[in-house]
Formats: sequence, structure tokens, C-alpha cells
Amino acid sequence: MRYIEPHAHMVSRTTDDYEKLALAGCEVLCEPAFWAGFDRSSADGFYDYFRQLTEYEPRRAARFGIKHFCWLCINPKEADDPGFAREVMALIPEFIDKETVLGIGEIGLNKNTRSELAIFEEHVQLALDHDLPILIHTPHLEDKLKGTRLILDSLASFSKLDRSKVIIDHVEEHTVGLVLDAGFWAGMTLYPESKCTPNRAIDILEVYGSERLWMNSACDWGISDPLSVPKCALEMRRRKHTPEQIEKIVFDNPYKFLSQSPRFRI
Amino acid sequence: MLSKRELLDLQFIDARARLIDLAAFLDRVERHGDEADIRLNYFKEALPILQENRPDRAKAVLEKFSDFTPELTDTAPFQGATGAPIA
Ligand SMILES: [Zn+2]
Repeated sequence: MRYIEPHAHMVSRTTDDYEKLALAGCEVLCEPAFWAGFDRSSADGFYDYFRQLTEYEPRRAARFGIKHFCWLCINPKEADDPGFAREVMALIPEFIDKETVLGIGEIGLNKNTRSELAIFEEHVQLALDHDLPILIHTPHLEDKLKGTRLILDSLASFSKLDRSKVIIDHVEEHTVGLVLDAGFWAGMTLYPESKCTPNRAIDILEVYGSERLWMNSACDWGISDPLSVPKCALEMRRRKHTPEQIEKIVFDNPYKFLSQSPRFRI
Repeated sequence: MLSKRELLDLQFIDARARLIDLAAFLDRVERHGDEADIRLNYFKEALPILQENRPDRAKAVLEKFSDFTPELTDTAPFQGATGAPIA
């Protein structure tokens, strides 16, 4: 089965994981810029991170026949200090036209602070200025519902925003309806403990249908599973979803959304 | 889609095991003293939702563990999350 992994943090994973992904049928992988498990001490740390995302990871993935793309931003976990965040944002123009950069992400909120929201909105404007898609992170656990509402309210103030070019990720049962009803794409993250399980993601598909939804592993530095998308596809098979339904969610949908970026050519 | 019978054949034992695990978790926590903890209050408030006759119990449980205050905060009190709106 071929599939697209639309959200994985490979800088935190081993080369063996690329091999496993390739064996499982992963043909394309997209890596949003995010927290690396620790706070970087200077903007220079991000300069190197952006080089890793745009130069090193595409080469590492290519050894296994996987096409690697990335998204750029300063993530919300490190955006509570606006001075620091703007210093990092000033680096983005140097990288934004590189051939594997899809858009701006994953931006969003972490603890729902004023500064996080200000930096979020500056990123949205940056994406609009460059006519690029946006990938949005929603907060964890108790902060998710509030953060999702704040993000939706904020996006509503951008009158020029094309909602079909924005994906709001890490939705769960209490936020997926809000996101889809507002006309955005929604991402379901298969992540142990803090996000969806395969069965819950499949429930969401059965209840909401499969338009404007994708699935990802968001595997990173935490306990997470780079193979959670093919494992969920297997669970779909066990629940008698058809091969076409599975192909739509693991390949066609991410392909459709990502193709809105001019750099996404596979 | 699976029939109800097929779904139970596929998942009943797993769900049963998870339910026993939850019961054992409560036994375990309470065996470790009677110190109050607001996270446990939220947990116990969520349990009756499982018995409600509604199609969206998972959503309701997630809402039980959600922060419903509308305002932005000035700064992050800490970086992570605890699983219940305790602040
Ligand atoms: Zn992520």
C-alpha cells in the first residue's frame, strides 16, 4: 500500500525509521518545523534546524526512495517570547523559496498566551504574503479546545484567507466538528496517550466522512510510532473499510491538500 | 462497515481489558493514600458519562477535561499540559 506521511519530525528519528517507513509503503513525507524536545538557546539554533529540514533530511529520505518536504516557522512552544520569535522569523525568507518548502507551519498555540497568538497571526500574514498553505498545531490535552477556538476566531479576521489552503492538525472528537464546519482541513494525529488512537480516528471518519481529513503519526522525540498511519490503515481493513476508502485517506487526501503548494511535485 | 456483532467480536475483549485496567487504576491510586487531587475529581466526574445514552461520549469526556475559560493568558505558567484544567 502506498501512502503519504503528512506530518513527521524526522530530525528526532533514526535512519532505521526511514527504512521502516519505506518498507511500509511511505512514498512522501512532510516535516513541519516544531519544538525539538528542548528550547533552543538562540536564533542560530533555528538557522541550523532550517538547514537540516531543507538540505539534510531530504537527502536522508531519498536514500530510501522517500520524497521529503518541509514547512517552516517558529513553533508555538518557543513563541512565548515575541522578541526571540521575531528573530527566528527573520530567518525564514532565506529558506522560504527552497524547492522542498511547502508553506508555513506548524504554527498555532501551546498555552494559549497573548504572545503566542500575536506570533501566530504574524505567521498567517507571512503565508498570505507568499500565497502559501498553512499547517496549524493545536494545543495538547486540556488546552486543545480553547486553543482551537482561539485559532478559529483569529483566522476569521483574515478576510483574504483561502480556508481550503489551511489544515488544523491534532483534532479530536471535541474539535473536529468545529474545524470542518468552519471550512478548514483537519488532521488526525495517531499519537499514544495525548491524541487519537487508530480506532478513534476511524470513528471520526465514520461519523464525519472523509472529506478534508488526513491522518498522520506526528512521530517525534516523544514516545510515538512512525508506522501509526499504515497500522491505522490495517485497522480500517479489519473494520471492513474498502481499499478505495483507505487509499483516499492515506494518499488521495494528503495529495490533494499538499498539491496546493507550488513546490509539491511527486 | 461491520455489524454490531462483528465489531464486538473484534473489540470486546480489548475494551473489557481497558475497563478492568481503569478499575485497577482507581484501586491503586486510592491504596496510595487519601490526599486530594483535582485531576482525580475530573476523572471521577467523567466516569458517569460512559453510562449516558448518547452518541458522543468520547467528545463529552474530552470536554470534561478541557479548559473552558475564554481569555488568553499573559504568559505560559509552564510549557506542558497536565490533562485536566487545574490552573
Ligand atoms: Zn508536529
